[in-house]
Amino acid sequence: MDTVSFKYIAIGLMSIGMLGASIGVGNIFSSLLNAIARNPAQENKLFQRAIIGAGMVEALGIFAFTLALILMFQ
Amino acid sequence: MLLNPFHQFEITPLIKLSIAGYDVSFTNASLFMMLGIALLLTFIYSATRKASIIPGKLQCAAEILYEFVESTLIGSTGKKGKIFFPFVFTLFNFVLILNLLGMMPYGFTVTSHIIVTFILAAIVFTIVILTGFIKHGLHFLSLFLPNGTPLWLAPILIVIELFSFLARPISLSIRLAGNMLAGHVLLKVLGAFVAMMGMIGFLPIPLMVIMVGFEIFVAVLQAYIFAILTCVYLNDAINLH
Repeated sequence: MDTVSFKYIAIGLMSIGMLGASIGVGNIFSSLLNAIARNPAQENKLFQRAIIGAGMVEALGIFAFTLALILMFQ
Repeated sequence: MLLNPFHQFEITPLIKLSIAGYDVSFTNASLFMMLGIALLLTFIYSATRKASIIPGKLQCAAEILYEFVESTLIGSTGKKGKIFFPFVFTLFNFVLILNLLGMMPYGFTVTSHIIVTFILAAIVFTIVILTGFIKHGLHFLSLFLPNGTPLWLAPILIVIELFSFLARPISLSIRLAGNMLAGHVLLKVLGAFVAMMGMIGFLPIPLMVIMVGFEIFVAVLQAYIFAILTCVYLNDAINLH
């Protein structure tokens, strides 16, 4: 295995990091659906909080994706 | 032909200047920042020029923007946070207009550069720390030791809280820069597919349309998240927990 293929193996391994982000976002929105089902009057407030939380969680997935991109075009 | 998707982020100097050996040229990044501020000022000025009690359409748009930022600030910090409204309003609109200018064709995304977002996050962090120390003095450091922790847990908890506090400007800046960078690189890679596929190059185009729509949503959302995290950090400084 030459050194170039190690780079591509590293890129593939980096992309596994997005798995955590997707599970996190799914968690947030599943609890949002549960909460809206229990209390539909608070839908707006809950949705705002969910969007904030999803933005923060997705950022960590984007960190992993950004590192993979930087590796790919290095 | 391997088209480089990072070519769109290159900073090219338009007017070369240098002061005392430092390169302070007017670059395309500076041009887009000035263009964003000019657009913003034009909008706010023309919307509030003939301000009437019953607003017309343009004034209504500016009022919606104002009330949106005001409600997030007051919702996070309470009445004491009203003094920070110009700061949060400027920050939110600056990031929003820069993100949206990046989505225009041939537009340069200034906020995809980590140096720009790092300076914005450093300004927020400095204002949070200064507010905390001016308002509360050394009692501000009680932020790191929540009420009712047992004494044996205190040293470890202070270290953990300190590091999570110091991670705030880093995460704030990398979140914005990473989202913008990743989105635009993805669009360029999809565009390279369209260019390389020749005759059947129209096939990835619906996907590109969906991705452009998603990127506009992410641009607005990331500006909102930057603003609301600023409000949350200001709340930590003004009302200690």
